[in-house]
Amino acid sequence: MTNELIEFVLVSIALLGIGIYGLSVKRNAIRMLFAIEIIVNAANLNLIAFARFMPEAHSGGQTFALFSIAIAAAEVAVGLSLIIVAYRLYKNIDIADFRSLKG
Amino acid sequence: MADALFLALSVLTIGAAIAALELRSLIYGSIALMGTLGGIAGFFILLDSPFVAMFQIAVYVGSIAVLILFTVMLVKRELIFKKIEDPKRKLAGIGLMLITMVALGAIILDSGVKTITTDSEAVDFRDIGVDFLTYYWPALIAMALILAGSVIGALVLARREDTIEDDQRTD
Repeated sequence: MTNELIEFVLVSIALLGIGIYGLSVKRNAIRMLFAIEIIVNAANLNLIAFARFMPEAHSGGQTFALFSIAIAAAEVAVGLSLIIVAYRLYKNIDIADFRSLKG
Repeated sequence: MADALFLALSVLTIGAAIAALELRSLIYGSIALMGTLGGIAGFFILLDSPFVAMFQIAVYVGSIAVLILFTVMLVKRELIFKKIEDPKRKLAGIGLMLITMVALGAIILDSGVKTITTDSEAVDFRDIGVDFLTYYWPALIAMALILAGSVIGALVLARREDTIEDDQRTD
């Protein structure tokens, strides 16, 4: 390995920071989904990086990353259909407008 | 030290992530998101996990990004190009991002992660298949059921009710 573990972890931290920025600033529901995807990918990168740098070769990290990717796919499908339903009801994708549960 | 390929991949991944959130058009934003996901797949290849990299490309770049693109195209034209955010919140968000990055980075740089290196062999991807079908088989079945359930749930949620359709027809 020419690269070190710390470099992958730093990239992952940068992606996490960008994702947190997107989640806290954006009010567009689709952009928030982008931010969530970026955070999930940062977590997957961490899983694979730490698994590669185990003292002995072990396939557990890669297996867990595969599970994580599959669950993220399910989450995106449900999230996008929720956005479609909300768009149909409110004719907008601004989450500040989705307030019928707010009372 | 990081090599040139790693640096190029990091610039691609982080730059595309920023572009995905900041580009005015949601369509270009989702294409930039594809760049981020592809960059992560490149990191997986650098980490000797070609199977996960292929899975990432097939699932994320191939299906999720295309699904997002289709959803974006269902949205009204003026909403795609409108940026919805307040400037005050933006400053607070940038502050939060910097605090997160600096704090976590300082903790990680101060910890023992810096000294970890490895000489171990890369995992053979055949071992992953064996793991899936022996030790992790209940989890695999649960995952399959979750995927089926979520797809059916998504279809039920996004289904057009007849009444709504009638309303729109009269519109």
